[in-house]
Amino acid sequence: MEQNTGSLKRKKGLAQMLKGGVIMDVVTTEHAKIAEDAGACAVMALERVPADIRAQGGVARMSDPGLIEEIMSTVSIPVMAKVRIGHFVEAQILEALGVDYIDESEVLTPADESHHINKHDFKIPFVCGCRNLGEALRRIGEGAAMIRTKGEAGTGDVVEAVRHARTVLGDIRKLATTADEELMAYAKSIGAPYELVKETKNLGHLPVVNFAAGGLATPADAALMMQLGVDGVFVGSGIFKSDDPAKRGEAIVKAVTHYKDAKILAEVSRNIGEPMVGRNISQMPEEEKIASRGW
Amino acid sequence: MKIGILALQGDFAEHRIMLKNLGVETAEVRLPEQLKGLDGLIIPGGESTTIGKLAAAFNLIKPLRKFGQRHAIWGTCAGAIFLSKDVSHKQPLLKLMDIKVARNAFGRQLDSFEIYLDISNLNRAAGKDDPYHAIFIRAPIIKSVSGDTKILASIPDGRIVAAQQGHFLATSFHPELTNDSRFHEYFLSLVD
Repeated sequence: MEQNTGSLKRKKGLAQMLKGGVIMDVVTTEHAKIAEDAGACAVMALERVPADIRAQGGVARMSDPGLIEEIMSTVSIPVMAKVRIGHFVEAQILEALGVDYIDESEVLTPADESHHINKHDFKIPFVCGCRNLGEALRRIGEGAAMIRTKGEAGTGDVVEAVRHARTVLGDIRKLATTADEELMAYAKSIGAPYELVKETKNLGHLPVVNFAAGGLATPADAALMMQLGVDGVFVGSGIFKSDDPAKRGEAIVKAVTHYKDAKILAEVSRNIGEPMVGRNISQMPEEEKIASRGW
Repeated sequence: MKIGILALQGDFAEHRIMLKNLGVETAEVRLPEQLKGLDGLIIPGGESTTIGKLAAAFNLIKPLRKFGQRHAIWGTCAGAIFLSKDVSHKQPLLKLMDIKVARNAFGRQLDSFEIYLDISNLNRAAGKDDPYHAIFIRAPIIKSVSGDTKILASIPDGRIVAAQQGHFLATSFHPELTNDSRFHEYFLSLVD
């Protein structure tokens, strides 16, 4: 049997299967079960949700392999886990565990202030955060098979996710009217590989699946991101920092499927308990923002 | 001819593009009333538990079963699981097709693979003998078939990866991720 494990087609392919779905942050096996029952298409296994990482401070690292393995054996859906930016040994460890996707994430404390992981070296696919088209295409150039907006994780404030999605999707729309002879200068100006700029222009979208993340807390937030044009959503602290995670999780799953149907959105938003408390980003000091991590 | 694509979750857009390139009109199906006027339905790849739960929550199970009495339905990967009679896991199923399936039968993403298959029904329909590029992603297998279900394709170790029962079609792999439209054309030939 021809088993060329690890091709880009299969790496991108798993992300394509997640489209139209919700990927939920979970910190225990109980959370993982609740997420699966709520209809999550995958879970992100980690020790602390971003809101707690913010509150507790200190260095945030890859989670304990024991916890990740427990979650992997609890649910039948794909399991993702996070590594620090540039920490390729954490990624080697996650690959050895056999997780389904690695998130090279700004939510953890960066291990390298100039370089991201060379993701082509791995058989496991990677998802990476971005704020604009240049950053997205640099990550894809390094081998990322899926992209997500960074937003501002752990805040429950969707404004940064909106800004980043509008920027990426707006950049792509502008690319459509950029003349071919201008693409090289454009690639230079945004610090992106020329071939990927050309490919994105021809496709009219990123060459990989593009999710929203960072600050989503309600079914309406999720539907907003879908209407802006992303393929699916990550919800981190927004579910398990709310009053009733099972109900809210299920409501967000339904909202992503029926993102254009305001009647259903009203229905699923009803009586789901208090959302996470949240932090207003406009009053947050610059040094507390984590979206600027990544190069 | 108008073909619906179940658009609850998964890679439904990829199926739409395949059909569009074949000049076929398509519609996304998220609610029971959207089945009206359709001649066939594709259930895409995705997460079968998510698709099943959403189908149950939005009262699609019965209407889909009724639709299947008269119309062709094709399930790819998660869609094949949803079509099956039995998956040995507690999740909503349409139970339309006499196949038993096993989820994630090859393992996790590290065990996802690609392979070339000889599928005689496709070759006959298309009139040429090109091997078929099959992409398996955390794929299920068809453990057994019963009734009048026919096996369309197996991998070299004998495990079943494609089957047909009348106007129902199930594939473990993802024709919508390739540029080869033969499987989509074969499905369209089952649509009345």
